[in-house]
Amino acid sequence: MSTAELAIETHGLSKTFGRQRVVDDLALAVPRGSVFGFLGPNGSGKTTTIRMLLGLASAGAGDIRLLGEPIPDAAAEVLPRVGALVEGPAFYPFLSGRANLARLDTADRYAPSKTRAARVDAALDRVGLGHAADKKAHAYSLGMKQRLGLANALLAPRDLLVLDEPTNGLDPQGTREVRALIRSLADDGATVFVSSHLLAEIEQVCTHIGVMSTGRLVAQGSLDELRAEGTVRVTVHTPDRDQARGVLAALGLAPDHSRDDTVTAELVPGVLAEGVTEALVLAGVRVRGLTVAGASLEDRFVALTGEGFDVAG
Amino acid sequence: MSRAETTPGVRHRTSGLALLGSEITVLFRRRRTWALLAALAAVPVLIAIAVRLSSDSETGNGGPAFLGDITQNGLFVSLTALAVSMPLFLPLTVGVVAGDTVAGEANLGTLRYLLVAPAGRVRLLLVKFAGAAAFCLAATLIVVVAGVAIGAALFPIGPVTLLSGDVVGVGGFALRAALFVAYVTLSLLGLSAIGMFASTLTTVPVGAMAATIVISAASQIVGVIPQLEAIHPWLFSHYWLGFADLMRNPIGFESFADNAVLQLGYIAVFGALIYGRFSTKDILS
Repeated sequence: MSTAELAIETHGLSKTFGRQRVVDDLALAVPRGSVFGFLGPNGSGKTTTIRMLLGLASAGAGDIRLLGEPIPDAAAEVLPRVGALVEGPAFYPFLSGRANLARLDTADRYAPSKTRAARVDAALDRVGLGHAADKKAHAYSLGMKQRLGLANALLAPRDLLVLDEPTNGLDPQGTREVRALIRSLADDGATVFVSSHLLAEIEQVCTHIGVMSTGRLVAQGSLDELRAEGTVRVTVHTPDRDQARGVLAALGLAPDHSRDDTVTAELVPGVLAEGVTEALVLAGVRVRGLTVAGASLEDRFVALTGEGFDVAG
Repeated sequence: MSRAETTPGVRHRTSGLALLGSEITVLFRRRRTWALLAALAAVPVLIAIAVRLSSDSETGNGGPAFLGDITQNGLFVSLTALAVSMPLFLPLTVGVVAGDTVAGEANLGTLRYLLVAPAGRVRLLLVKFAGAAAFCLAATLIVVVAGVAIGAALFPIGPVTLLSGDVVGVGGFALRAALFVAYVTLSLLGLSAIGMFASTLTTVPVGAMAATIVISAASQIVGVIPQLEAIHPWLFSHYWLGFADLMRNPIGFESFADNAVLQLGYIAVFGALIYGRFSTKDILS
């Protein structure tokens, strides 16, 4: 994929804190127009990666391109086109929600002062905070602060949104709203890079996924590619359990030893589900049903990231 | 939010002054800033009331500069209050504001949002220093204004007898008061630069504030130890109380100029340190 088609591209990106390598040889490739889910357990290096992408932290090694431009060299020109939520929202507690957004907007040299008030109000309305715009930020609930953080990312038209754990602190209704927001941003043509430690919260909106584990990117690709990489299991429902087991074993599969009327085995390369059916019929095994199931993405992530990856949602 | 609007060619760079306006607005919208200014305004009020209540007794020598002149002319309350505030109260408030510049934003987490906006690191530092300088001016002004107001309320107002014996009218006094304000504001800029440097070293604003105030006290202590005379001219507090020449006729600008060079030197040195520290620092707060 050429550079122009990638919204985020890194090569050999690494970062070391003290003796700990928190990000290790990262090669991210986030296609333009995608909704890229950046998954990994807490402490796997997601936020550090995002800090480097946005020029907040320097890369220990490797290079970064955002919207085709090098970071941090071109940060002043690229970042105005990038909306970001980094490691939770942060605001001036003594200012109202509206005043907070106006304040942060003045920092962007490409943000025209003339349209500031209108853009702030539009962003507040888009995240459903219009009614609380004049409340002081210290009176906001965690969910409202999260929404205000999202509004800050939407102050100007963006080509790329980098959202670090956008559903943190939101109730299920708020989580749904954030997903709807991400979808609408993607529909407008923006690329959305969204990190989460909860697969279930973002799986529905993502087109692509990258998985981090202890500082390394262990998988990356479109949702379909990742699903295809997983193992496929075939389950035979049959009264002739032992016979079925023999047929599967003869095909080179490793059938399980369940005691009910099912036999399950993982397919191996070269053996297709239809081949199993054929062999069972030829052997005269009575079959009530046969199901083929890919491993769920959750299973896949547990396999990739090991214990402690909270995918239960 | 169409993509056509977002192509770089269509969007124009603004002057970027909006951030400076925002910085000053946010600074002076804080209740803390007003508390600091109110405390400073209380200094001339307390002095005026104390002198008024004891106006029959001796008002001669001893005490801060200009104290003895207050009963003859209320305008001197403002200058007395500046002289009283210079060693402690003004550096204290400047320490709070300068120490908060970067560390305060880091502590709130707003620093990362300002930087990804993107504010630009150098631009943010310049704006922060300008904000601190604006506070120095406001702090000095409020002492003088409160002093003139309370002085006019409690004492007679009239032509001012200068240290050189000449007498000037209220207009001549206003000019000198403005020079006082400029002198004291300038005197505080070196300390502001030091405070801002301390502020880049930590994400705990109180630490940077305390460090700045301690440094201010230390400089003044060193300034009165005769054995350390060799380094006295290099202390940022060296000319802090050298404003008496402004009350002569003709006005003596010598210490004003020396002070300006010294303060600019401090701004240059600590500006370089701030830049070295902050321009490539990882923002992890």
